[in-house]
Amino acid sequence: MRIVVDLNRCEGYAQCAFLAPDVFVMHGQEALMYDPGPGEERSEQVLRAAAACPVQAITVEGEVLSDVR
Amino acid sequence: MTQGTLLKQITDYANRADPYPLYAELRRTPVSRQDDGVYAVSTYWEILSLLHDPRISSDTRNRLPGMGGTLLADSEEEDTGLPPSFIRLDPPEHDRLRRLAMRPFGPPHTPRRIHDLRGELDRMVTGLIDGLRDRREVDLVDDFAYPFPVMVICRLLGVPHEDEARFHVWAEQIVAGIDPSSSEDPAQRQQAAQRARAELGRYLAGLAEEHRRTPRDDLLSAMVTEQDPRERLTPIEMITTAVLLFIAGHETTVNLITNGMLTLLRNPETLARLRKEPELAVPLVEELLRFEPPVQFLPQRTALTDIDIAGTVIPKGAPIWLVLASGNRDPRRFEDPDRFDPERVDNQHFGFGSGVHYCFGAPLARLEAQIALTQLARRLGDPGLAEDPPPYRRNPVLRGPRHLKIAFDGVVG
Amino acid sequence: MSAETALRDFRRRGRVVVVGASLAGLRGAEALRAGGFTGSLTVVGDEAREPYDRPPLSKQVLLGRTAADATTLPRRHGLDVRWRLGVAATGLNLAERRVSLADGDEIEYDRLLIATGARARPWFREAEAALDGVFVLRTADDAAWLNRRLAAGPRRVLVVGAGFTGSEIASACRERGLEVTVVERGPAPLVGALGGVVGAVAARLQRAHGVDLRCGVTVTSLEGDAAGRLRRAHLSDGSTLDAEVAVVGLGAVRNTEWLAGSGLAAGPRGVACDAGCRAFDVHGIVTDDVFVAGDVARSPHPLFGYQFLSLEHWGNAVEQAEIAAHNMISSGLARRPHLWVPAFWSAQFGINIKSIGVPPMGEEIVVTQGALEEDRFVVTYGFQGRVIAAVAFDQARWIDFYRRLIESAAPFPPDFPNVDRRAGGTRPVPADFPDPSLPSHGPTVTLSGYSPSERRLQFTPARA
Repeated sequence: MRIVVDLNRCEGYAQCAFLAPDVFVMHGQEALMYDPGPGEERSEQVLRAAAACPVQAITVEGEVLSDVR
Repeated sequence: MTQGTLLKQITDYANRADPYPLYAELRRTPVSRQDDGVYAVSTYWEILSLLHDPRISSDTRNRLPGMGGTLLADSEEEDTGLPPSFIRLDPPEHDRLRRLAMRPFGPPHTPRRIHDLRGELDRMVTGLIDGLRDRREVDLVDDFAYPFPVMVICRLLGVPHEDEARFHVWAEQIVAGIDPSSSEDPAQRQQAAQRARAELGRYLAGLAEEHRRTPRDDLLSAMVTEQDPRERLTPIEMITTAVLLFIAGHETTVNLITNGMLTLLRNPETLARLRKEPELAVPLVEELLRFEPPVQFLPQRTALTDIDIAGTVIPKGAPIWLVLASGNRDPRRFEDPDRFDPERVDNQHFGFGSGVHYCFGAPLARLEAQIALTQLARRLGDPGLAEDPPPYRRNPVLRGPRHLKIAFDGVVG
Repeated sequence: MSAETALRDFRRRGRVVVVGASLAGLRGAEALRAGGFTGSLTVVGDEAREPYDRPPLSKQVLLGRTAADATTLPRRHGLDVRWRLGVAATGLNLAERRVSLADGDEIEYDRLLIATGARARPWFREAEAALDGVFVLRTADDAAWLNRRLAAGPRRVLVVGAGFTGSEIASACRERGLEVTVVERGPAPLVGALGGVVGAVAARLQRAHGVDLRCGVTVTSLEGDAAGRLRRAHLSDGSTLDAEVAVVGLGAVRNTEWLAGSGLAAGPRGVACDAGCRAFDVHGIVTDDVFVAGDVARSPHPLFGYQFLSLEHWGNAVEQAEIAAHNMISSGLARRPHLWVPAFWSAQFGINIKSIGVPPMGEEIVVTQGALEEDRFVVTYGFQGRVIAAVAFDQARWIDFYRRLIESAAPFPPDFPNVDRRAGGTRPVPADFPDPSLPSHGPTVTLSGYSPSERRLQFTPARA
C-alpha cells in the first residue's frame, strides 16, 4: 500500500508510532520517519494510525483526500 | 438565561445527561465572560488556537487574585508533600517530566509497549464478558467499563489488582476534587482529594521500592531502575507522575467505553454494523471521542497576558475554560455536528485535547475502547438500554454515566 | 457562446495537459478531478516512474530503511489520467496551444499546468562530476545509487554544501556510522535559509554527532584515479581530503529550458506567475490558459510586500497545485489567490526543524521559547518591526501560533510573556544572514524583485 504523511501538518504526537510501530518510527522526540510503501499485511496497523492522527496528516491510497485543510 | 450564567448551568447536575444544547448556546459568544470571572471558550477555531498559544498557562499558580474562577477552587498541592504533576505545569518543566514519563511507555524509547499489549487487552475483555454468561442484565460500568481499564492500568504500572478496594476510594476522592459542581464545601472536598492523593502517593512509593528490588515488565519498574541519571525522575517526581497516570488511566477510559456503549445502543444500526464489521471500531471510536468526549472541558488554563481573541480581551491572570466538547459540536467546523457518524472522514476532534498537553495515554485509551466495543457488540445478545438517560456521575468535566443498565439475551461465543 | 457556457463546456470535455509528474503535477491533476473536471487529462513526466515523494530520499532511504523505489505517492481513486512518463516536454507553442515531447509527439491543450520543478545543481566541472563516486541527490535513482554506495561502507563521505539536503545526508551518514566531512562555503550550515544564529546551533549539532564540519571553505576540485574513481577533494584552504564518495548539495536548478523561446516569462529563477498561478508572458502580461505550480513557479505574495517568492517546499507544491487546479476550472471572482504562508520541515541529527514564514527576510531574531543551547527552542524573526518568520527545533506544536503572528503582522519583538520564555528571550539580536549579493548555496527561498510591472523590462531569458 502507499502512504504519505504531510509533515508540515505533523506535530509529532506519535500516535502513529504507538499504533503502527512497524511502519511509523519516531526519530528523536518529534521527527517522524515512516515506510511509504508498507506491505498489505500492515494495512490494519496503517489504518488505525491514520485514523488516530490528531492532525489528520496521513494519507492512505484509496482514501478520499480531504478537502478541508 | 444570560451568557454569564451558562457555565453554571452546564456544571449543574440537572443538565449532566445532555449538556449539548447549553454548549450550543454558549457558542453564540465564542469567548464569553462568565459572572464569576471565568472566560469560557466554546468554538472550535478559538479553542484550537488557544491550545497552541504559549501565552496560556496550565499552571494555576499564574492566576491573579480577584480574577474569579471560584467554581473551581485552585488546589495548592504543596501541603500534601506532592508538587504538581506535569498536567498542571508549563514547559520547560512539563516537557521534561512528560518526556521522562514517556520513556518506558512509548516512542521513541519504548515504541512497542502499547502495540504489544493488544493480545492481553483482548483476553481481559474476553474474560470479563465470559463472566456475564449467567446474566440477563448488567451494569456496564460496575461489571465491565470500570474493571477493564483498572486491570489495564494496574498491569501497565505494576500495581497489584488485589489492592483495588484500597485505591478505588482514593481515586474517587481525587476525581471529586476537580468536580466544580459538587454541593459539598469546596475546601473540604479539596482537602479530601489532597489527602487521598498523598495516600495514593505513599502507596505507590511503597510499591516502587518493591519493584526496585524485583523489577518486572511494567512502568514503575522501568522508572525506578532507569540507569541514566539525566533520564531519571526524582523519587518525588516519580510519585506525582505515577499518581497522575494511575488516575488518568482509569477514570477517563471508563467514561469512553460507557459513553460508547450508550451511543451504540441509541444507534442500533451502527451496533449491528459493528457486529459484522469489526474494523468499523477504528473510525467509530474517533467519532465517539468527538461526539461524547470523556473530558468535556479543560478548566485549568490561565492567561499570562491580555489576549485578544474573537472580539474579546481575556485579561492577564484570568481563568480560562476550554470547552472541548462544545468545540467538537461546532457547526462551523463539523458538518451536521449533532449526528453520530461512525464514518466521518474529516474528524479532527478534541477528544484528547491538542498541543503540548495532548492526552498522554491516548493510544492506550483508543485500543481499550476499540477492543471493548467490538467484543461487546459481537458477544452481547440483543442488548438494550434498561433506562435512558442513565444516571450520571456528578462530575461535569470527566462526564459519564454512573451506571448503565443493559438488558441482553445471553453471551455469544 | 457566453464565457460561462464556455467554461462549463471546458470542465465537461476540455483538454488539460500537466507537464511535470511529481508532487505538484499529481496533486494538480487530483484537484482538477476533485473539482469536477471530466475532460481529458494528460500528465507528462521525464522520469519513467509514477509520481513519488522526495523528502524520504534523503532520510529513510539513505538510512537503508526504505527502498528508493518505494516512495510512490498515494493517488485518489478514479483519477483517470493519460500518463506520458519517461518522456520530457521539449517545447511549448502558446499560439497553437501545443506541447512538444522528446519523442516527437505533440499534445494539444485547452489549459496547461506547468509543474516541471527543479533538478539538482550538478558539480560545475563535467569531467569531475562524472567520476565514479560523485553524486547528487534529487531523484529516486540518485537515492538508490547513493544508498548502495553508502551500504558498501566507504571510508569517508564528502558532502559539498550544508543546506538542508547536505545536512540531512550528513546526518544519515553518521547514523550509519560513516565518517563524513561537510564543506560549506558560508560560516555555518543552513545559514542561507535560517541565518547565523540558528546556523551556529546546526553547526554544534553536526559536530556533536561526529561530523567533520568545515565552514568558510569550498571544494575547488575533485580528483579521480586512473580508473575514473573519486579519490580526493582539493579545498580552498589548500588542504586535500581523501574520500570515496562525494555528494554535491549545491541547491537546485529550475527546469525551464524547455520553455525557452516560448514567449513565457521563464528563466533560471523559474516561471513567473500571478497569485492566481497564471503564467506571465515575456511582456509581463498574464496568460489565461497557462498555469504554474510547485518549485518551478515564482509568484507575488501579498504578505511579503508582493515580492515574487520561489518556494522549493513540499507544502507549497501541494497548496499551489490545488489553487492552480481550482483556478483552471473557475473564472472571475471564483478564482482564489495562493496566499499560503511558506512552511517547511527538516529532520536531521534526531531534531525536527520547522519553519514558518520567510526567515531570510528577517533582520533580527529573538528566542521566544526554550533555549538555543538545549537544541529545543522557537526563534522569531523580525522585519521592519513585524514578525516575519519563526523557526522551531523540536517545538512543532507551537508553530501554528507563530503563523498567526505572521499573518496578522504582529509587532516585533514580541512584547508578551509566554511559557518557556527565558531570561535571554527578550533582547533581539541580528539574525545574521550572509550578504545576499555573495554567492551562497541552498537558500530555500529566493526573493527576487517586486511587482509584475517592475519586472517587465528587466526580464532576460537566459539559461541557468
